[in-house]
Amino acid sequence: MLAFTVKRLGVALLVALTVSLITFSMIYVSGDPAIAIAGEGARASDIEAIRKFYGFDRPIIVQYVDWLAGALRGDFGRSFTLRQPVADIIFARLPVTILLGAAAIGFALVLAIPLGVLAAVRPNSMLDRFALTVAVVGQAMPTFWFALTLILWLGVTWRLLPITGSDTWQHFVMPAIALGYFVTPAVMRLTRAGVLEVLASDYIRTARAKGLRPPTVLFKHALRNAIIPVVSLAAVQFGFMLGGSIVIETIFQINGLGYLAWESIQRKDLPTMQAIVLVLAVIYVLLTLLADLLNAFLDPRLRAA
Amino acid sequence: MSERILTVDNLRVDLPVPAGTLHAVQGVSFHVDRGETVCIVGESGCGKTLTALAVMDLLPARARRTAQRLELAGRDMLSIGERAMADIRGARAAMIFQEPMTSLNPAYTIGNQLEEALLRHSRVSRRQARARAVYLLERVGITAAASRFKQYPHQLSGGLRQRVMIAMALMCGPSLILADEPTTALDVTIQAQILHLLAELQREFATGLVLITHDLGVVARIATRVVVMYAGEVVETGTAAAIFSRPAHPYTRGLIACIPVPGRTRRGAALGTIPGMVPSLVGKSIGCHFASRCDYAIDACRSADVTLEAARDAGHLVRCIRHAELPALAPTRVAEAAP
Repeated sequence: MLAFTVKRLGVALLVALTVSLITFSMIYVSGDPAIAIAGEGARASDIEAIRKFYGFDRPIIVQYVDWLAGALRGDFGRSFTLRQPVADIIFARLPVTILLGAAAIGFALVLAIPLGVLAAVRPNSMLDRFALTVAVVGQAMPTFWFALTLILWLGVTWRLLPITGSDTWQHFVMPAIALGYFVTPAVMRLTRAGVLEVLASDYIRTARAKGLRPPTVLFKHALRNAIIPVVSLAAVQFGFMLGGSIVIETIFQINGLGYLAWESIQRKDLPTMQAIVLVLAVIYVLLTLLADLLNAFLDPRLRAA
Repeated sequence: MSERILTVDNLRVDLPVPAGTLHAVQGVSFHVDRGETVCIVGESGCGKTLTALAVMDLLPARARRTAQRLELAGRDMLSIGERAMADIRGARAAMIFQEPMTSLNPAYTIGNQLEEALLRHSRVSRRQARARAVYLLERVGITAAASRFKQYPHQLSGGLRQRVMIAMALMCGPSLILADEPTTALDVTIQAQILHLLAELQREFATGLVLITHDLGVVARIATRVVVMYAGEVVETGTAAAIFSRPAHPYTRGLIACIPVPGRTRRGAALGTIPGMVPSLVGKSIGCHFASRCDYAIDACRSADVTLEAARDAGHLVRCIRHAELPALAPTRVAEAAP
């Protein structure tokens, strides 16, 4: 298990490094940053001054190493537009986004896994049909429309929850549901398929032949094996929510990382964009690593890899 | 008379299929006494496995089981509920399956999976359960049992896994063990070891053993009594001695003729086969199921259902209207080396 962990950690580091390199160079591919900062109609001498000031005149590889060395110390440079360290901006916004993502994936798992298990235990029952309906609706409904519907009912008509902001836990309820519901169908269908497949396997028959009670058969023998693909999916979806919650953050006016990303793209704020992508990539890699370790804990066959 | 462990009377298993109802087991009856090895033989799809699963009440959910009597150690298993049946499973009757590679849960150590059977059925401590498991692992011929105990199924070979399955079946000291082709998935060299082990443990623990197989060579060596099944029915049953020395049903005679005998079967000669196909068991059929493949079939075989009749030896029953005249007739074409 230790060798496995070390190996996975090494792979994760390499992936993060590669992502940082791609991130860094992609921003230069999108055009000359000095021209972008100077704005339209700037004089050539101004552009040249900006280029010198930010160090864009150095070779790209030098700029990259310089940037990476800073990033490793937690220094992502200063924002072009907000006039403060990028690290401060990001770490002020990150907790909000992580909280929202965690609440959303938590909501999704709490709803999807029991529904998926129940649907698998009683296939083609009323409950299975209901779960299928939930899945189809969730898959078909645009997130922003669902979010607006929630606001209309829970916020405006019944006045149960605050509509915008991120001050109290109540502010996170609607955004988490709106964001989480989007991944519920995938998690539920995967749980259902996994449990169905495992329940038909030979070792479940062995467990029943031992006289084990149905709950033991289901929770000890079936669920542990069926949940393995769900763990991987949940990790990827969690990462996706952290980066892709722009729409939800905008609708509910939550000052998170997604909203910040959208803002900095609009303002061509290069250092912020780079830092956001890198931070999200590292989180993504960590989540994948966590999922791998969790799965190795669940299935001893994976530990050898 | 010795103690009766299992009584199966007129067992039927029906499976709904798109084309109608598949009558997979059609009125099978047999019994097992303490210390006996009863072998159920027949081709794939003849209903052997479903018969065993029906005894354990482990049939697929869509299957329907009916029987006149189904008793385990004097207990009626038809009227008891699922909870009471779960108390019997693993404790009074245990089953060993055909696929050792997939029959153990990959997520738990074999020790955990051995212990849980005993912990489920008796009031023993974890330590006692562990001691029993290690003892049985040794008894089934696993060396370094204490360290194997902590291993996961994927670290064991198929032969070892089947030994673990046998140890698991013995954990609660059952009266009856059902072994469904326990050696089919194993290497030939391992097959003999496992069967030898099963026979030895069966004697030592004085359990009743139902061994399902299509290997008549095995049956000849270890069976007390034999049940020959064909297309969902018992076509012949009797003591092993009677079945092998005086097989009364054309199908049984065909099966025995198919066993290659060292020294007698010419090297390079084609192995015996029974030509033709097993009839479909979907829907209602009339007459002898084997008639379409039988060299002795006459019109009477096809016009009315055939019942089990007593043959010459005591307890020897056969489902063939011509069994009395068969020995006088020409040998079946099966006995010849078919092209």
